[in-house]
Amino acid sequence: MNKMIRFIPLVLFIVLGVVLYRGLSLDPKAMPSALVDNKMPSFQLPALGDKNRLLTEKDLAGDIVLLNVWGTWCVYCKYEHPYLLDIAKSKRVTVYGLNYKDIRKDAQQWLTQYEDPYVFSIFDELGKLGIELGVTAAPETFVIDHNGIIRMKHVGPIDGGVWQQKFLPLISKIEDEKRADQSQRGS
Amino acid sequence: MSKQYSCFLTAFLLMFGMLALTWGSSTALASAVDTYTFDDEVTKKRYQSLVKELRCPKCQNQNLADSNSPIAADLRREVYELLNQGKADIEIVDFMVKRYGEFVLYRPRVSNLTYVLWFGPVFLLLIGVLVVTFILKKKPENKPKKCLDQAQKERLQAILDNDKSTLNNEDK
Repeated sequence: MNKMIRFIPLVLFIVLGVVLYRGLSLDPKAMPSALVDNKMPSFQLPALGDKNRLLTEKDLAGDIVLLNVWGTWCVYCKYEHPYLLDIAKSKRVTVYGLNYKDIRKDAQQWLTQYEDPYVFSIFDELGKLGIELGVTAAPETFVIDHNGIIRMKHVGPIDGGVWQQKFLPLISKIEDEKRADQSQRGS
Repeated sequence: MSKQYSCFLTAFLLMFGMLALTWGSSTALASAVDTYTFDDEVTKKRYQSLVKELRCPKCQNQNLADSNSPIAADLRREVYELLNQGKADIEIVDFMVKRYGEFVLYRPRVSNLTYVLWFGPVFLLLIGVLVVTFILKKKPENKPKKCLDQAQKERLQAILDNDKSTLNNEDK
């Protein structure tokens, strides 16, 4: 018994070491999104370009939708902007913007100055839709599939690496699912 | 062996003390910064306790009341509006959890994921109690061995006497 007791500190040390070592590679800011695998919440907000045009979740048409939360106040939105332009041009996904807690005039100017990657941007001045989506800050990007289900929430900017590693595998998967759905319906 | 363990125990107690201290200070510092007006005292109290209980999703070590971040201000406004709509506290908490996940609760709900969190300390305390009782029980077994029985006492006396006589001889 006494000999066993001698090993307790070593065992505790190893257990603590493993736990702490694992903690090193975790991102404490990464939070699991509560909305993944849920339907896109419904909303009714004006468009950024035209304040008389009222948008709802039904306007987010497209097989695979990328909803990008952005603002002119957000530094990393400028960083991911060229990547978003490329993604929009690739036509594999439909890119929509959610202009989050911004000033309409500034946001419009931003889009004319830097080119507009979005089919349209929703103007969410008070961050109401942001709260519905569990947005904490910009940039954040949601992937919505052909059934209107949110499949992923990415916090932080998109760049080449993130797109390759995080988005493309999911997009391929959704495309496969869609093909399977269609063949089921066809047969 | 037992000395080692008392050291261990002291360290443990110290750790618990420090934890208790930090917990005390973090709740004491909370204060609201908005100028919302309430119809009655009860709603005001409910608002204050809600913004203390809910964690800011962006600045993870602050509650909604503490944080200056824009998202915390938005969520405070949301809590205020939901209160004015006559929502119950539990509905408001559910609203937040549905959007931001269990993470926003400073007092997480008891679930499969949080069993360790809720009952871990009790488990550790039990281990501590077991260790302490183990040590305390072991001691009395050792003590009788330290006392000499009659035969040993006589032998000791004989040795001492013998020693004395040799010493005396040397003096001479």
